[in-house]
Amino acid sequence: MKRYKLIEHTADMGLVAYGHDLADAFANAAYGLFAIIADLGRVKEKESRQIELQEEDVETLLFEWLNRLLYVFDVEMLLLKRFDMEHFDDSSLKATCYGEKYDPARHRLKRGVKSATYHMLKVDRERNQVRVIFDV
Amino acid sequence: MATWNGPLEKIDNYRWQIPKSYKTGMRVPGLIYADADMVKQIKEEQGPEQVANVAFLPGIVDYSLAMPDIHWGYGFPIGGVAAMRLDDGVVSPGGVGFDINCGVRLLRTNLMKDDVAPKVKPLMDALYNSVPSGVGSRGRIKLKGGDINEVLRKGSRWAVEHGYGRPEDLETTEESGEMAGADPSKVSGRAKERGEPQLGTLGSGNHFLEVALVDKINEPDIARAMGINEVGQVMLYVHCGSRGLGHQVADDYVKEMVRAMAKYGINLPDRQLACSPVKSPEGQSYLGAMRCAANYAWANRQCIAHWVREAFCQVLGIKEADAGLELIYDVAHNIAKIEEHQVNGQKLKLCVHRKGATRAFPAGHPDVPRKYAHIGQPVLIPGDMGRLSYVLVGTERAMQETFGSTCHGAGRVQSRSAAKRHLSGREVLESLASRGITVRTGSLPGLAEEASEAYKDVTSVVGVAHNAGISKIVARTRPIGVIKG
Repeated sequence: MKRYKLIEHTADMGLVAYGHDLADAFANAAYGLFAIIADLGRVKEKESRQIELQEEDVETLLFEWLNRLLYVFDVEMLLLKRFDMEHFDDSSLKATCYGEKYDPARHRLKRGVKSATYHMLKVDRERNQVRVIFDV
Repeated sequence: MATWNGPLEKIDNYRWQIPKSYKTGMRVPGLIYADADMVKQIKEEQGPEQVANVAFLPGIVDYSLAMPDIHWGYGFPIGGVAAMRLDDGVVSPGGVGFDINCGVRLLRTNLMKDDVAPKVKPLMDALYNSVPSGVGSRGRIKLKGGDINEVLRKGSRWAVEHGYGRPEDLETTEESGEMAGADPSKVSGRAKERGEPQLGTLGSGNHFLEVALVDKINEPDIARAMGINEVGQVMLYVHCGSRGLGHQVADDYVKEMVRAMAKYGINLPDRQLACSPVKSPEGQSYLGAMRCAANYAWANRQCIAHWVREAFCQVLGIKEADAGLELIYDVAHNIAKIEEHQVNGQKLKLCVHRKGATRAFPAGHPDVPRKYAHIGQPVLIPGDMGRLSYVLVGTERAMQETFGSTCHGAGRVQSRSAAKRHLSGREVLESLASRGITVRTGSLPGLAEEASEAYKDVTSVVGVAHNAGISKIVARTRPIGVIKG
């Protein structure tokens, strides 16, 4: 199954992520976000970070999930590629995220992402899909 | 993406109105500055719908405005200007954007093309090496605990006090590079953590450094007041913003305002427009934090300009005093400000949002630097990296019609992936080289996404702003060297 698809937006970039459940779609959206930033092929799963979130609703949970990952990347220069959801419901999640620190000798960064936005943000429970537009 | 089929009524050759009746809930009409050709392009996407959506915001006065570089953004359109009353109006972090105080500064030099052109390659190498750029770039400045709060409070002044640049740079920076009312206690720990290692970095995307030559002077007297004297004179541009710190401030407050909207009974067509009353605790906290991010961006450009001066003098083997390198001006193009404007013949304080729009105050306005009091505030409009950039000045008409605002750049017409499908990074590099432009970048795919073809022609954008009278063209420049972040 395809994990995500990029969507066109004039100024920015977005993605639709798929999953066998919503937690999986959230994990695939995170993978898609890091694939926008870097080539993930040579990124190894050397380190892990745990992320725990409690939000008002599922849309804000998606917004915060992706932005928290961008924060981790910005501060630690960690490229993440695997996201194990240990807990997931409509307003909270707990995930362990695996990847490694950016190494200019082995990794290629493609572009910066400033933030996930609420614009056109959609969480589709029926089809286990999420959509988000990033400010790049 | 779908074309927009709403009503766009022609007022004159450069003004198009979206009537208030278009959507129930619009408090004012929309007004787009464009010519007939641009209107066709604008209607190919949802920018006008976003202009209409902004008209829903409580307390908005006169019009939801869009400058001629309007394109589809998130929440607000890029090129959007909206002013709200302080008593019953709102402030919207989405109306400023994630890159708070993304902006441009322009330095003039005493040098001419022949002084610099033979050394442009080593010059671009030196600039590339002295100004960290690219995704996740780290700065050369080591901030210690608590220093960041000083940066957030003092902006450019912090930089000058620490040896980055000249005291007189502050006089020719919007807000003197130090916006009052900045409150570091309203900036989250996460935002500060992101900002600390990134001070003095260009970042990525459309951010750049450019070495340019004056290409044409339309208003010699006004140009001379800025130190733009002749065709062929060398100029330097710096375009960047508040880096991860600004992005995190925007994230934090968009989220907080999404939560607060129910409390204030505000309903909007797009959550990205989330807002709170200007006078509410949420509104005041956001403004306090946004001003910190704005100051960070000014400090950032101030530090970068210092290294640009150093590298320039070192490569050309001249002293700074001989090189000139004075700061003509530094403008913000993503910001919200409390300003006084005339509304229905009355002077009123308003919260003016400019998202991808530049302040354009006229001659005689008290916020225009003393040395420009007789010509008006300089307005800097960078084009895409292969084409022209423009220097304009603000006008009285902008004051009357657009809350003293004008366009900010070329405006995208192609998505990033579309741009890359048409040209590879290598092809863009070669095409720029064939036009005499030396490029340095850490990211070839990033270069392809910023190809000229992805943008409207800045000349037509600036032409509309000039012909509509909301700013006046003074001079134009063309690039000979570009560092793409």
